[in-house]
Amino acid sequence: MLTLDAVSKSYKVGTFGGKELPAVQNVSFEVAPGEVVSLIGESGSGKTTVGKMILRLIGISGGQINLDGNDISAIKGHDLKAYYRKVQGVFQDPFSSFNPMFKADHVLGMMRDEYFAGISAADWTSKVEASLQSVSLNPGQVLNKYPHQLSGGQLQRLLIARALLLDIEILVADEIISMLDASTRIDVVNLLGDLKARGLGILFITHDLSLGNYISERTVILRQGRIVEMGATPGVFGRPLHPYTRMLIDSVPQIHQKWGQIEAGLDATTVWAPAATEPCLYHAAQPGSATTAAPAGLTGSGLVEVEDGHFVGCVQPNADGTCGGRPA
Amino acid sequence: MSLQVTDLRVYYRTLAGDVQALDGVTFGVADGEIMGLAGESGCGKSTLGNSLIRFDPRMRYIEGHVELDGLDLPIRDTNAMNDFRFSAVSVIPQYAMSALNPTRKIGKMIGELLATKDIDYQKVRPEIERRLDMVGLARDVLTRYPIELSGGMKQRMVMVLSTLLNPSLLIADEITSALDVSTQKAVAQTLVSFRDHEFVNSMMVITHDMSILYQIADSITVMYAGKLAEKAPTSVIINSPRHPYSQMLIASLPEVGVRYADKHLTGIPGNPPSLLNPPGGCRFRARCPLAFEKCLEEPPFIELAPGHSVACWKAV
Ligand SMILES: Nc1ncnc2c1ncn2[C@@H]1O[C@H](COP(=O)(O)OP(=O)(O)OP(=O)(O)O)[C@@H](O)[C@H]1O
Ligand SMILES: Nc1ncnc2c1ncn2[C@@H]1O[C@H](COP(=O)(O)OP(=O)(O)O)[C@@H](O)[C@H]1O
Ligand code: SF4
Ligand SMILES: [Mg+2]
Ligand SMILES: [Mg+2]
Repeated sequence: MLTLDAVSKSYKVGTFGGKELPAVQNVSFEVAPGEVVSLIGESGSGKTTVGKMILRLIGISGGQINLDGNDISAIKGHDLKAYYRKVQGVFQDPFSSFNPMFKADHVLGMMRDEYFAGISAADWTSKVEASLQSVSLNPGQVLNKYPHQLSGGQLQRLLIARALLLDIEILVADEIISMLDASTRIDVVNLLGDLKARGLGILFITHDLSLGNYISERTVILRQGRIVEMGATPGVFGRPLHPYTRMLIDSVPQIHQKWGQIEAGLDATTVWAPAATEPCLYHAAQPGSATTAAPAGLTGSGLVEVEDGHFVGCVQPNADGTCGGRPA
Repeated sequence: MSLQVTDLRVYYRTLAGDVQALDGVTFGVADGEIMGLAGESGCGKSTLGNSLIRFDPRMRYIEGHVELDGLDLPIRDTNAMNDFRFSAVSVIPQYAMSALNPTRKIGKMIGELLATKDIDYQKVRPEIERRLDMVGLARDVLTRYPIELSGGMKQRMVMVLSTLLNPSLLIADEITSALDVSTQKAVAQTLVSFRDHEFVNSMMVITHDMSILYQIADSITVMYAGKLAEKAPTSVIINSPRHPYSQMLIASLPEVGVRYADKHLTGIPGNPPSLLNPPGGCRFRARCPLAFEKCLEEPPFIELAPGHSVACWKAV
């Protein structure tokens, strides 16, 4: 079980790192074995930052991340390596993960050196073939090729295969299907379905809401570094509580339904903001206290439980995270 | 006709032999048309887009002819193409976002790019800023490093940059694929308004995402294994596609609300053939549920109705 408890991250920006950019604030959620949790949010909302913190690629500015009850926020050396045997990630951009000077399967060889020092050649070969098979790659098509000779989709599947070489508990999958075509996407997402049936917990960071809805048990919606809504996937998609969630669902391109008049103007690209008249469910549920007081079981998440396991945050939080919304 | 491509054949040289990535394609793009180009990864979409702008050293021109606004486009001559690239035909390459040099501030990078075209950055800066405003980017992105921008911001930055000189043809290669839904919608709508504002005359929008093309494209062309399978107005491709591959591609899109627990969706079984020694006849044959003897011969790309062409023996 992977648990994020009030996790925050600030990046230092500006010429001498003088300014702090709060990329993730007060994020709390869990990924249990055998479940897929979708993490959804617009560009820059902090999804990758969450994934990188879990994978310890960047430090944590506040809060705590636990795996099976052990705080992994600051582990190093041997402990960190043991952690990586259980938690692996695949990221959105397949190209930056490959060194153009090496053959693409070099990424697999690196895993062998790192984690399978004593393995026999025959065992290694069958391990590699099994993991390639499980991501529908034909070994003959991808082994011994340079990255530029493979398509983005092939490279991405190779990276998933790399993670599957280890007997992992948690997979952080950051936009792994965004470079894949629609028909291949289904196969990879079904593969995530197989993996969860085998007990793997998966954090599925995606912008494909239809497929997030298809595969995940729970959904977490992130906006500007904060969770605005989370809960069981059918509830979040079927009865969205936050206007931002509703806007995202309305943006999904559908095949027999147009977005509505595409305006000649470009104002569609401006940042989404709630209507001034939008009622705040958080405010409504916390009458008289315009603060981030935490519901039981969540440390200062700024969320309120509106129905069983279905949480919503303030519609218009102030800069300090306190509720700035109006009652329903 | 803005763009006319005739019998274009472009292969990649490899030690193992030629990869027949683009094997004889013929089509036109009308003035003001947004042409969507769809198909599985590896089917040659990027090769087609890239061959209209810059031959990669590994690319080998075999035959074919390209005309833009009535002028011959000297695609096989990289130097001669300098006169057209960026000004007449511009591309937003696949993975453009990750290709931005991380150690250069965006403004500086734009300045250097413009200098290669003898354009003074300070002179065009007001126009750049006007267009940044239009796509909803703060002007201070010019003083920031690419690493500080999120994917959607970088993508819109690249869009502004590549259309700065109002090219006739813009090729956008998978530019919405890595974006979240709301940004994707914004970027897709921005493409449409670039056309409506006449920043570009016509466009080739490459994506595997048929549902995005359904939203913004006037026509959709489906490619399979280096050849065109079907081209038709958008509503025709979506509602009554004639090529079995187009039909299966559309059927593989998830219906809204379907859940893994209730029903498993399936992709298209099998894989596309290797383009190193592709099989003769119809290249879709091995995966086609309708294949019959005739399919051992290559089906011609035939116009069934005005603007609707198909390469399939069952469709003619
Ligand atoms: N290394 C960094 N230095 C400074 N700021 C950063 C850095 N990495 C990310 N940011 C900023 O942190 C915020 C969150 O970025 P993050 O990459 O986590 O977003 P995301 O939700 O994954 O977006 P996308 O959907 O585009 O991948 C953004 O404002 C981004 O500009
Ligand atoms: N530089 C290259 N060398 C050899 N083969 C290549 C090269 N680039 C692409 N290919 C091959 O050409 C075919 C078409 O690739 P591409 O145009 O990138 O497809 P798409 O854009 O449709 O995904 C694929 O089989 C791919 O593996
Ligand atoms: S030509 Fe034959 S194999 Fe090819 S798509 Fe048509 S029916 Fe199928
Ligand atoms: Mg990201
Ligand atoms: Mg491509």
